[in-house]
Amino acid sequence: MKRKEFIRNTSLGMGALFLPKSMLYARHVDPSVFLENKIDVAQKKRMADVALNAARSKGATYTDVRIGRYLNQFVVTREDRVENIVNTESFGIGIRVIANGSWGFAATDNLDTDSIAKTAALAVSIAKENARLLTEPVQLAPQKGYGEVSWKTPIEKNAFEVPMKEKVDLLMSVNDAAMKGGANYMNSLLFLVNEQKYFASTDGSYIDQDVHRIWPTFTITKIDAATGKFETRDALSSPMGMGFEYMNARPEDRIKGLAGTLYKNRYDMLEDARMGAQEIGLKMGAKSVEPGKYDLVIDPTNLFLTIHESTGHPTELDRVLGYEANYAGTSFLTLDKWKSGKFNYGSNLVNIVADKTQPYSLGAVGYDDEGVGTQEWDIIKDGTLVNYQAIRDQAHIIGLDHSQGCCFADSWSDIQFQRMPNISLRPGKVPMTPADIVKNVEKGIYIVGASSYSIDQQRYNFQFSGQLFYEIKNGKIGQMLKDVAYQSNTQEFWNACSAIADKSDYRLGGSFFDGKGQPGQISAVSHGASTTRFNGINVINTARKI
Amino acid sequence: MAILNKEQAQQLLKKVLSYSKADECEINISGSEGGNIRYARNAVSTSGGVSQNSLVVSSAFGKKLGVATINEFDDASLEKVVRRSEELAQLAPENPEYVSFLGPQVYKESATYVPATGAIDPKFRADAVATSLKIAKDNKLVAAGFMQNSSGYSAMMNSHGLFAYNKSSNVDFNVTLRTEDGKGSGYASKGFNDVNKLDVASATKFAAGKATGSATAKALEPGKYTVILEPAASIVLLENMFFAMDARQADEGRSFLSKGDGKTKLGEKLVDDKVTIYSDPQHPEIPTSTWNGDGRPQEKINWINKGVIENLYYSRYWAEKKKVKAVPSPDGIIMEGTNASLEDLIKGTEKGILVTRLWYIRSVDPQTLLLTGLTRDGTFYIENGQIKFPVKNFRFNESPIIMLNNLDALGKPERCVSGESGISALIPPMRIRDFTFSSLSDAV
Repeated sequence: MKRKEFIRNTSLGMGALFLPKSMLYARHVDPSVFLENKIDVAQKKRMADVALNAARSKGATYTDVRIGRYLNQFVVTREDRVENIVNTESFGIGIRVIANGSWGFAATDNLDTDSIAKTAALAVSIAKENARLLTEPVQLAPQKGYGEVSWKTPIEKNAFEVPMKEKVDLLMSVNDAAMKGGANYMNSLLFLVNEQKYFASTDGSYIDQDVHRIWPTFTITKIDAATGKFETRDALSSPMGMGFEYMNARPEDRIKGLAGTLYKNRYDMLEDARMGAQEIGLKMGAKSVEPGKYDLVIDPTNLFLTIHESTGHPTELDRVLGYEANYAGTSFLTLDKWKSGKFNYGSNLVNIVADKTQPYSLGAVGYDDEGVGTQEWDIIKDGTLVNYQAIRDQAHIIGLDHSQGCCFADSWSDIQFQRMPNISLRPGKVPMTPADIVKNVEKGIYIVGASSYSIDQQRYNFQFSGQLFYEIKNGKIGQMLKDVAYQSNTQEFWNACSAIADKSDYRLGGSFFDGKGQPGQISAVSHGASTTRFNGINVINTARKI
Repeated sequence: MAILNKEQAQQLLKKVLSYSKADECEINISGSEGGNIRYARNAVSTSGGVSQNSLVVSSAFGKKLGVATINEFDDASLEKVVRRSEELAQLAPENPEYVSFLGPQVYKESATYVPATGAIDPKFRADAVATSLKIAKDNKLVAAGFMQNSSGYSAMMNSHGLFAYNKSSNVDFNVTLRTEDGKGSGYASKGFNDVNKLDVASATKFAAGKATGSATAKALEPGKYTVILEPAASIVLLENMFFAMDARQADEGRSFLSKGDGKTKLGEKLVDDKVTIYSDPQHPEIPTSTWNGDGRPQEKINWINKGVIENLYYSRYWAEKKKVKAVPSPDGIIMEGTNASLEDLIKGTEKGILVTRLWYIRSVDPQTLLLTGLTRDGTFYIENGQIKFPVKNFRFNESPIIMLNNLDALGKPERCVSGESGISALIPPMRIRDFTFSSLSDAV
């Protein structure tokens, strides 16, 4: 399926430009296939050993093998009907080697012994062919083998085991609520992921992992028939590293936001649809924003994406070094800034942490895709740049004797490389609620939900929009605004950070579709934050006439 | 399994179809082989090869559809996948928008496969990278680039007698060269069905010129400027207009083509009359498959003719409901131009900005198609018909509709690849008045 067609078929709209390779090549299957135990660990170990031995015999000095089974389920609906139920499975093997100091990789979906050995030999021949174009041999940070180990997302209810009727009934009730609330159109989607990943390497690791993710979302559309104008309001859910329990919000998962209910850890899709239908009515008649400087109070449902683009990407070491120069770009956070130990990234309230361990997060796994145990580390401390994101072949460049465990491939068919772990803004250290923050704002805008986003290739200049905007006047939330986008420069923006709510407001946002690399790969990543204030940020008006 | 020729594919599909007991059955098969190589910091970084095959069976009972897929091709597996699709169809809810599979169609031969491209091997790719790296090093520049090739086939057959087959090949090459001090950057991107048309050295030299030339950029105030967009810059704006030309979205009132009360702008003049955009699967510069994924023939279609919206694309369901021809969305965009070169456009510009590439394009408002993004890899100030100096990159907020109303001049179309979606198009360089740059970026 082409991305373009997928987007059209699922009515996902413009935002979702990246799809997992495992889906593009995936096979449609009977959902009952998902519950089959496709292949046992002993069999995977035998296959992996075939690849390890074949590569070694052809001259590889290091080999790792990833045998992956990637399952996706999409339930796509609009108004009163199911548009599409898509079940896909992708299964295959990717073999990465070092030979003559150079990386080589090959992958196949044919897992018989001869094919695996042939694929391993192809990986070695590619490495040898490329060795003549090297300037220096690959240098891997040491990594001890873990032996035979396993890890599983701590889900309470496997979403693939939930009967399809239950999923369809839920989406139908959500759509019905929006339509009864005055929507003209309602599209809703349930997106489930299960990655069954087996990793083996010549370091002596045999790692079996079972990773689950879920994303319920919708778009409500309202049209003014007289003028032909329309507005949309997207769900305030977040994709999560959870099972179907995410769909069952408990009282403690509801946060009384400054303008409506928000969700922590778990989500009430039906309630959000009801709320959304009311809000979209207000959005139609909202005041068009007066451009100028405002103090922004940004909810985590919006701020997660700003953190992703302006903090997550520029601290990826491969970008800093130039490995992404031809596609995703480089970074303004050059090595000299890090080495100085004094680079002022943001105000001293700003503490950014990287991790692949946070419960319920999209990035959480036990081991990364080159067999390194996952960790947590500081990236920005009290406003100063202190670290990057590095994998085994980069660790030595920043003086580390170990990888930080953030290597990932979106499919067995693609080469693993450095990908963003969860990157989060630590909550404020002093007790503070979003209401406490707003009461000191004279002229501001409160922003909820993510929408349009764009940033330059070195991560200086960005522009973000949102789902809902409310005027703040003299410490009080006022009327709804529309046509709002904020534009800033990363360093100026984070230095304008003047208040962060405490941990009681901390929530995870995230994306299933972080795109990087050539061929393009996507990755799922979470970003935690509490409601945060930024002073004097430039806001533009995006209304136009055609 | 190797790449099947037309007869082999037909034979296999007939066998699969013979297992069907459903009211209707349709089978799609595809397979590909290919490889890629990536380089950065003037050395190769990663490289790989991948091959895969897939067979999809769609079975329908009434308006209930079941789909199952397999990548094993022995008789037992093939029968099993047909049975599985039938079981799924029996369990599926009725789809009120289900449309029966198409009957036999007549397709023109496509020109999408070139044997030389199919013959590319790891050595060929490594040699190409070596050529590109030498140019970078000779010019004291730092290169990062990517080359990938694939060849494959797709075929389909159904119980109403439809059979379609296509074989295709393609190769993409793109490269970014940066000055050693990181102050200049240049980019080139090429994509072809025929590898013989790919000149890696020439593309790398083009990027090198942009990199060296952009190294001493000055800051200009943001605002409205006359711009010359090279094809790699304009494609990423035009494709957003193209992706939004779905008839149903327009009819439902949620598109830039909607007018309210269920009316659309189909048939209306929306942009400058110099704008003619069409698709043609037989075009020698940008051949595409002569059928789409559900078996509809791809024909030459005018989308915008002299500024008038002439066609929208339809799903088969929506076309049936609206009682119109079900025109499928095309695979290649072609915009008419003139014989003027890029240099001619520059010569005719009193004051303006030359844009090599636009990047990170996102929709800001779907009802006006307002897009935002940034210039990248070579932005230059033009005065009195000459490039005067490089300028710092800008963020823009602009709609392709407004932009095509402010169209001043067109040059000669050339094949380009979108840096955003990866689609190929044949687009002329264009000069636009009053293009809106809203802020400056420090990025190089």
